[in-house]
Amino acid sequence: MRRVSSRALLAGAALGVAASLVHADDTKQEIQKYQRMTAESSPVELWEMEGADLWKQKRGPNNVSLERCDLGMGPGVLKGAYAHLPRYFKDTGRVQDLESRLVTCMTTLQGFSEQEATKRVFGNADKPSDMEYLAAYVAGRSRGVKMQVSTNDPKEKAAYEMGKALFFYRAGPWDFSCASCHGTEGKRIRMQELPVLSSPKGARGTYTTWPGYRVSVSQLKTMQWRLNDCFRQQRFPEPKYVSDATIALTMYMAVNANGATYRGPGTKR
Amino acid sequence: MPGPMKIRATAEAGYTEIRVLMSHPMETGLRKGPDGKLVPAHFIQNITVKVGGKTVVEGQISQAISRNPVFAFRVKGGNKGDKVEISWVDNKGEHNQTETAVA
Repeated sequence: MRRVSSRALLAGAALGVAASLVHADDTKQEIQKYQRMTAESSPVELWEMEGADLWKQKRGPNNVSLERCDLGMGPGVLKGAYAHLPRYFKDTGRVQDLESRLVTCMTTLQGFSEQEATKRVFGNADKPSDMEYLAAYVAGRSRGVKMQVSTNDPKEKAAYEMGKALFFYRAGPWDFSCASCHGTEGKRIRMQELPVLSSPKGARGTYTTWPGYRVSVSQLKTMQWRLNDCFRQQRFPEPKYVSDATIALTMYMAVNANGATYRGPGTKR
Repeated sequence: MPGPMKIRATAEAGYTEIRVLMSHPMETGLRKGPDGKLVPAHFIQNITVKVGGKTVVEGQISQAISRNPVFAFRVKGGNKGDKVEISWVDNKGEHNQTETAVA
């Protein structure tokens, strides 16, 4: 009697596993459908429009626009600029990502102090930040351009290596690294699959859709914000805005994504 | 102040595809703000779509629509160059409109 019931239980358990596998497959398909639908009705263009206005607007103590801002392709050249960032800039002597370069342009061209330029870099749903508008606008001008981030300059190479080291660096109260979540295939958080950002496949799919509009919070989120949020989830202290560490991590992911076509700004859950 | 709108209209074989993006908070009136008080309802109530001066869509929408909504319409007929006008009115009486030519 006892044997029969345990066998029945086992059979039941096996059925349960099979059923949950089918269920997981369905769920994955449903999530993909949801992602397609949100991408189709993304309001991200609104951010690009506001960013375009802001780019051309005369602002700051010098009362000039950002139209002469050099994002690495020459002053004022936007096409493809984001697909080549981060990169080494001679005038500042450092490797810079989009946001840090925008801060540079706001200080050198428009005459803002660094403090003023970074006073409000992360906005909210009711009032997005200037940085978010500008990031969406500039990134959007690289849509359809192949990611081609260079590591030819020794400083670029060093940033890439530092980013790689940081990616695998375990610390904090939970002994977490970026790789704890984004280092092996098949991991997920709640229903979200986690991309392996150390592999070209994962990095290409993910990096090319940031910055992105988050449907759940109705906000456009920049890469600097995204990294901060990863550090928050790892229980690390919040990094300084556009610090060498966050730029190095961006560099690492961007180089891993090389060769993929930039498709952002994207739309996220 | 109503935010910007973005509109796109393209002529296809036998129909016109219209897509419009509106910026609006679309507050339901059920959400509480950081101060613990209800955020007053603020949402688009009526949408009107005109093609070549003729009203083709009159929509009444509610709080169930998301913030910064996107609408797409497929309208029979329509030719390149036709004027497409879209306007909305919200529950506070604020309104906005935009127009484009069918491409």
